[in-house]
Formats: sequence, structure tokens, C-alpha cells
Amino acid sequence: MSLLEVNDLAVHFGGVKAVDGVSFSVDAGEVFAIIGPNGAGKSTIFNLISRIYEPTRGTIRFDGKDITDLKSHDIASLGIARTFQNIELFDHSTVLANLLMGRHTHRSTNFVQDILFLPKVRREERAHRKRVEEVIEFLELEAYRKKMIAGLPYGVRKVVEIGRALAIGPKIILLDEPASGLSVEETQDVAFWIEDMRRDMGLTVLMVEHDMSLVTQVSDRVLAVANGKPLAMGTAQEVQADPHVQAAYLGTPEEDAA
Amino acid sequence: MELLQLIIGGLANGCIYGLVALGFVLIYKASEGVNFAQGDMMMLGAFVVLGLGNSAQMGLPFLVAVPLGIAIMFGVGWGVERVVVRRIFGQPQFALVILTIAMGFVFRFVAGSIWGYTPLVLETPFGGQNLRTGGIVISLADLVTIGVTVVLTIALWAFFAFTKIGLAAQAASQNQMAAYIVGVPVMRVNSLIWGLSGAVATVAGVLYATRGAIDPNIGLLGIKAFAAAVIGGLGSLPGALIGGLIIGVVEPVAGRYAPGELAKMSPYIIMLLVLVTRPGGLFSQIQMKKV
Amino acid sequence: MRVVFKKSYDPDIDLHEHGWSRAKIAVLAGIMIILPFLVGNYYLAEAANTLIWALAGMGLMIAVGHTGQVSLGHAAFLAIGAYTDAALMNAGLPFLLAFPAAGLVAGLFGAVIAIPAVRMSGIYLAIATLAVFVIVEELVILLEPITGGVGGIMAPSITFFGISFDRYGALQNFYWLVLGVVALVTWGYANLMRSPTGRSFLAVRDSEVSARALGINVTKTKALAFGLSSGVTGLAGALMGHYIGFFNYELFSIFISINLLLVVTIGGLGFIQGAFLGAILITGMPQLIAILRDNLNATTGIDLGSVPGLDTMLFSVILILFIIFEPTGLYGRWLKIRTWFEIFPLARRDMFRRQKSYLKTERMK
Repeated sequence: MSLLEVNDLAVHFGGVKAVDGVSFSVDAGEVFAIIGPNGAGKSTIFNLISRIYEPTRGTIRFDGKDITDLKSHDIASLGIARTFQNIELFDHSTVLANLLMGRHTHRSTNFVQDILFLPKVRREERAHRKRVEEVIEFLELEAYRKKMIAGLPYGVRKVVEIGRALAIGPKIILLDEPASGLSVEETQDVAFWIEDMRRDMGLTVLMVEHDMSLVTQVSDRVLAVANGKPLAMGTAQEVQADPHVQAAYLGTPEEDAA
Repeated sequence: MELLQLIIGGLANGCIYGLVALGFVLIYKASEGVNFAQGDMMMLGAFVVLGLGNSAQMGLPFLVAVPLGIAIMFGVGWGVERVVVRRIFGQPQFALVILTIAMGFVFRFVAGSIWGYTPLVLETPFGGQNLRTGGIVISLADLVTIGVTVVLTIALWAFFAFTKIGLAAQAASQNQMAAYIVGVPVMRVNSLIWGLSGAVATVAGVLYATRGAIDPNIGLLGIKAFAAAVIGGLGSLPGALIGGLIIGVVEPVAGRYAPGELAKMSPYIIMLLVLVTRPGGLFSQIQMKKV
Repeated sequence: MRVVFKKSYDPDIDLHEHGWSRAKIAVLAGIMIILPFLVGNYYLAEAANTLIWALAGMGLMIAVGHTGQVSLGHAAFLAIGAYTDAALMNAGLPFLLAFPAAGLVAGLFGAVIAIPAVRMSGIYLAIATLAVFVIVEELVILLEPITGGVGGIMAPSITFFGISFDRYGALQNFYWLVLGVVALVTWGYANLMRSPTGRSFLAVRDSEVSARALGINVTKTKALAFGLSSGVTGLAGALMGHYIGFFNYELFSIFISINLLLVVTIGGLGFIQGAFLGAILITGMPQLIAILRDNLNATTGIDLGSVPGLDTMLFSVILILFIIFEPTGLYGRWLKIRTWFEIFPLARRDMFRRQKSYLKTERMK
């Protein structure tokens, strides 16, 4: 059964059609990748799903529910987590605090209870912490627990952001270029984590990525987009062999001649 | 008739708000900082010209005292940037806000120590002269104020739109690091802009002084001028002037037809209304960040 | 360096990680409680004043330090607190009801104005709060039947359970009352910051877009933070009214707002401790200046008492120096000194050097 269904999605900024009629569906437990040249509208699709942008037309359904009209802060509690292309962490907090912030949707106390720090708050804190420790162990972040984000190297921040998304306890995780700026070894780690997320945590993964070796290695299906329009869908090999996709990346012979 | 009279006086007043607001916008455009001492720079500029020109003080002719005063205040603005503002380069906007508020107090203290706290009158060639047309009396000072403001706004707009330095300043405000990389001398441009805003403040100060007595606390007018700049949308020079004019006209009209307290509140109520409906001002430049 | 051996998550959740820091707080609290027996009435009154300022500083710290909402108009909430408390007590309500009501009214007012203000950020929010301040100031004059207008209003003497807490008649009791309020608020504030609510404040401060992605309602969070901030400031205002006794709108001038900003920035943005350090500085400075001035006058005969505005000027210069040389404030400096001692002799000279930073445009948001 498909977990996430995107149907004829489009968004126009002024006259620019950033996304124009994209449809796809992601099955539960699948690793689905979106590829395409720069400016193809890949991150925009993510921003539409996480409701940062208003779509001009089209619908997004998650778990059988229409989420097109929800607010961006209502998305996380449905079980949709995401990371950002340019890392949006809370720079002046520790890694631990950042991960704990990911547990926000699971809080049931209100601010009065928090101010009084009732026993219930402590019980919940312990539970949050336990869950976060599992994430820390999974991503091997033990050494950085009490470190400030501002002083961490890029690669670690990238991992912390994945961790914060995992702390939400999502059904689907949207990874926006998880391997950009990472070394070959770090990219390999990301590949293993994605496999583990799917196998051990039962997560569905939707990712935007340029690194074709990573895409080929982990993804079940690939959607190629260019200029906001879908080009081809299928396995990584099929998509790479598609003439339209090759044309989008390399240009067509006719264009070169002209 | 009475209303028309009020409006003309209000326009002249608004021009002064607009000029001080221009000073805000200049610095905002160049460094995205806000100089809360702009009103106090206006006050200091007025006093410097008064010190140079009044017969009881240095007694220079008005037409010599004004350019000299402008030059001195250009130096003050430049110096403030070199000595103080440059040291917090790269820190968040908030730091500059507090820094300049503190600087305003220092300016006030300096002016108060030199010229005292009793109101003084600047001697000008066009003080007290009026033009009569129909049933309306227009003071020459008001006309000069309006004329100078219009010329200055156009000149500054042209400076940012057409000159290399103006463009460099805009580039620096949008991305300091990138501006550095393409060879904009960000620091030097900043000093220049601060000097320029000191000069503009002096013009505003002199115009203010032609219309009444001055004391070290007139710098508080800066808050109202800031409201003007915000109404216009901080980054826009014509916007600042329009914001100034709106406030300048609304204030006396509200004062005529509503209780005094309400009139005093009016600039801020307008500003809040603008901010609530258009959070970036009438001529907004805020865009959504790409994530 | 202290190594804490943890067997559960509780030490991380507790207010204090280990017994030593708990003991330090206990000693400090003990000294504060017996202070009336250690110092004379003059200094006791000053201590009460400092505590009231610290309370107001904590209020502003919630907004500026922990949610990143700069306010230039917090004096308005001091005024609302003071006038609500005084007016209700003059109408016959007991202090035990009027005082919480003062905090509640100020807090609700803050939350209500925060909702439209939430769309603004940085400089625009700062200026909007300034506008609110001016409007409140004028409203105080307009609402003469309640506020006494320009003439002013009297904050009645506090009595409950048959005990007098009059600021002059029973200064010791008044001091303890203030101390109790400050201690309670500090405890609540510290609790807040270790709970999900406090974390959501920090999240909103550092990145709104990812706060949303984590399910945090940014508008609600900002309004809550601003409401709590103005509520606490309102409580401080009520106490300030009782401390002064008789006041009019001039007590809550724009300079008070700026002094409050001084408290949080000089103290150290983002630290509860900063509010206290800042308050000590802001209330202690005039005393220090007066003592120095008297000494100067006695030894050299130079009389600086006749120079008006000197205190404000000195304040301003100190503030400028702090922003330039120690933007993390007194508490930040203290953290550096403590680290230096803890790892002695391993500290390196450039350990705390700030990374060169470039201003990022706030036109993108």
C-alpha cells in the first residue's frame, strides 16, 4: 500500500513553474529517490510536502489522509520527518538538546506543568531521553552528546540532523541531499544507515540526492525530474538509461548543433 | 483653510522626520544595521552648526557654518564607524541596536556639557519670514525644508542606484562575505556611509533648528523618525520620505481633532498597523529564505 | 575537571548535576535569607531593589535571551503590573490576589500583542514593542480615573495573614517577600528551561523553519514566551510600585526599558544567572559612582555632582565597552574564567577566540 501519494503537484512562483505536475507514490518500507539537475524542483517538492510552500494545484496524501491543507507544524505529528539541504540545526544548543527537540510531538505536558516540573514531566523526560539515546547509539553520536552544534564539523552536523529527524519517531523520513558535502567514507555510512532505517526500524525513506552511487546502492525506485516536470520513473538503472534523463543532464545533440 | 495650513506645516515637519529616516535607511541599506543614535546625530549636527554660526559663539556666516558643520559631522559619523561600530562587525543586529542607543546617550551628554540644557535658537537668514498667498501663511523655513528634502532624497537615491560605491554598499548589506570576495572594500564603504548619514543628519538638524529652538533632548525625535523609516520599509529611500510625510501630516491633524495623547500615539499606531499588515513595511524587501 | 558518574538519566534532568553545585545554591540562599541581620536598612532596601530588577531582568530574558524576541518596550509591562496591582489594592483587593492579577494582566496583554508581532522579526519587532510602550504610556495618562493620570497613584502598604510587609514600616518582611517571589520565579524559570516548553523556545530562537518541521507551532510558542516574559515583568512592576510607594507614568520611562536591556545583555544573554549579575551591576553602579564622586570631592575638591547626565553617560560607556569586548556578558566572562581554572594549566590563549563572522542578511527569513 502506498504511504505517501503525490498527485499532479504544482507550484508557481510568479511566472516560474518550480514544480509542474509531478505525481508519484511511495510504498511503505520503500526507499524512493528523486534525482535531477540543479534547479529541477527537487527541494521544492520536499518543501511542498512539509507544507512550507502552498501548492498551486495538486494533492498530497499521507497514510490515506489528505495533508494538502495542513499547517507546516502539523506535519511532524503525522510521522513525517525531514532534514534540510543546508542544515537547519539549533546552533546554540547541545547535540542532546537538539535531539530532544525532535521529541516535541510526543510531549503531553503543558507549560504550567513544565514550570512546576511535576513528576509527570520527569517521567516523560526519562522516556524522551531513552528514545534519544537509542538514536545516539544508532548514529554513533556518543562522543558529541554534550557538544554545542556551533563547534561541530559539517559531517557530524549532517548526522545530527538525521538523528533529530529520527527522534521524532517517524513513519517516513525525507532526506534532502543527505550525502552532499560528505566524504566517501561518510557517504558510505549514510548508505548503511538508510538500509538499517528501512530494515530495522521499518522506515520509509524519501530522498533527494545527487550522488548517483548512493542512489543506486540504496533506492528501490527513482524519479527523475527536470524543470519541475517528471521525466522518468523506475529502478536506478532504468532511469539512468532513459534518453530523456540523459538529455536533461547532458543536453541533446540537436541543441548542441543549434 | 485651517486644515490646509496644518497640512503644509505637517509636510515640512514630515520632511525633517523623512530626512532623519533617510539616515536610518542609508545605514540599513549598507550594513543592515540600525543606528538608533541617528536622532542624536541630528541634534549634535544642529548644535555644531549653531556653535559655528551663532553670533554669540564663533560667528561664522550662515553659508559657511552649514557646509563646515556638515563636514564636521561627516567626520563624526566616519569616526564612530572606525572606532566603535567596526569592532562589532559581523555580530547580530541586536548588538548594534544597543550600541547605538548607548552612543545616543553619549552624544546627548557631550552636547549638554558644551551647550547646556537650556533651549537655544539657531540664527538663520530665513528665520521668521513668511509668505502669504490667499488666506494661508507659509513660513520661508517650511519651504526651504521641503525643497532641500526633495533634492537630497533624489540625490541619495541616484547615489545608490547609479554610483559604483552605492551599488557596492547594497551588495555589502546583502552578503558581507560575498561582497568581500568580489572585491568590495566592505569596511571602507561602511565608514563612508556612516559619514554620509552624519552629513544628512546635520542637514535635518539645521532644518529643524530653523523652525524652533533646540536642546540636547530633541534627539528623541529619532524614535518618531524611526517609525517613519519602518512605515516606508527600512530599505527604501523614497519609502522613508513618504513615511516621514505621513507621520508629519497625521500628527498635527490628529492633534487638532482628537485628544493630545491620541495625537502623540498616532505615529506609532500607524506604524503598528503597517507592521501588522505588511511586516516589512510599505516597500518591503523581505523574502522567504530558501531551505 | 569534575567527573560525574551517572547511573541514570536523572542527573541530566535534575536542576543540578551534582551535590556540590546544589550546596553552593543552598549557601547562597542561606546568606540571602539572613541578610537582614547582616546589613543595615539602607543596604537592605538596595538589596530588595536589586532583586526586583533581577526579577524584571528574568522576565526580559525569557523573550530576548531564550526566544530571540528583542523588546525595547518592556517598561510598558512594568507599568501595567504596577498600575494593576496598585489600582486593585486601592479598590480593596488583598495583595495576595492583586499581585498575581498584576502578573496575569501584564502577561495576557503581552501574549495578545505578541500574536500580530510574531510575523515580525529582529529589528521590526524591537521597534513595534517600542511603539507599544509609547502607546501604553499615553494610555496611562488617558485612563486617569484608574491610574491617577499625571498626578500619580499610591501603592498601598502590603498586609496579609496579619503581618505587615510595608516597605518602610517592616522592611525586613518586605525584603523576604521579594526574595520569596524571586526565588519562586527563578525556580519556575529553571524548570521551564529543562522541559519541552523551554526547548521549544530555544528551537524557535535558532531556526523557525526547522522548529516547524519538528511540530512546534511557532506562533503559539512565541506568544507564550512573550506572555510569560511580560507576566514576570509585570510581577516585578508590582513590586517596584510598592518599593517606590508613590509613582506616576514617569517612573516607567523609555530609559527603564533600556536599563532592562542593559541588565540582560551585560549580564549575559541566554543565562538566567545573567539577569542577576546584570541587576547587581545596574543597581550597584549608581552607588559606586556616588561613592567615587564623594571620594574625589573629598580628596581633590573636584565636584562632579554638578555635571548632569554623568551617570547615564558612564552607564552608556560601560555598555559600549561590554558589547565590543565581551558580548557574552558578565556570565560569559565568568564561564571563561571558571574553565581556565578547571583545566589549569592547560588553557591556551586563543581558546575563547571568537570565530570571524559575517553578518547574514535578515531580509531572507
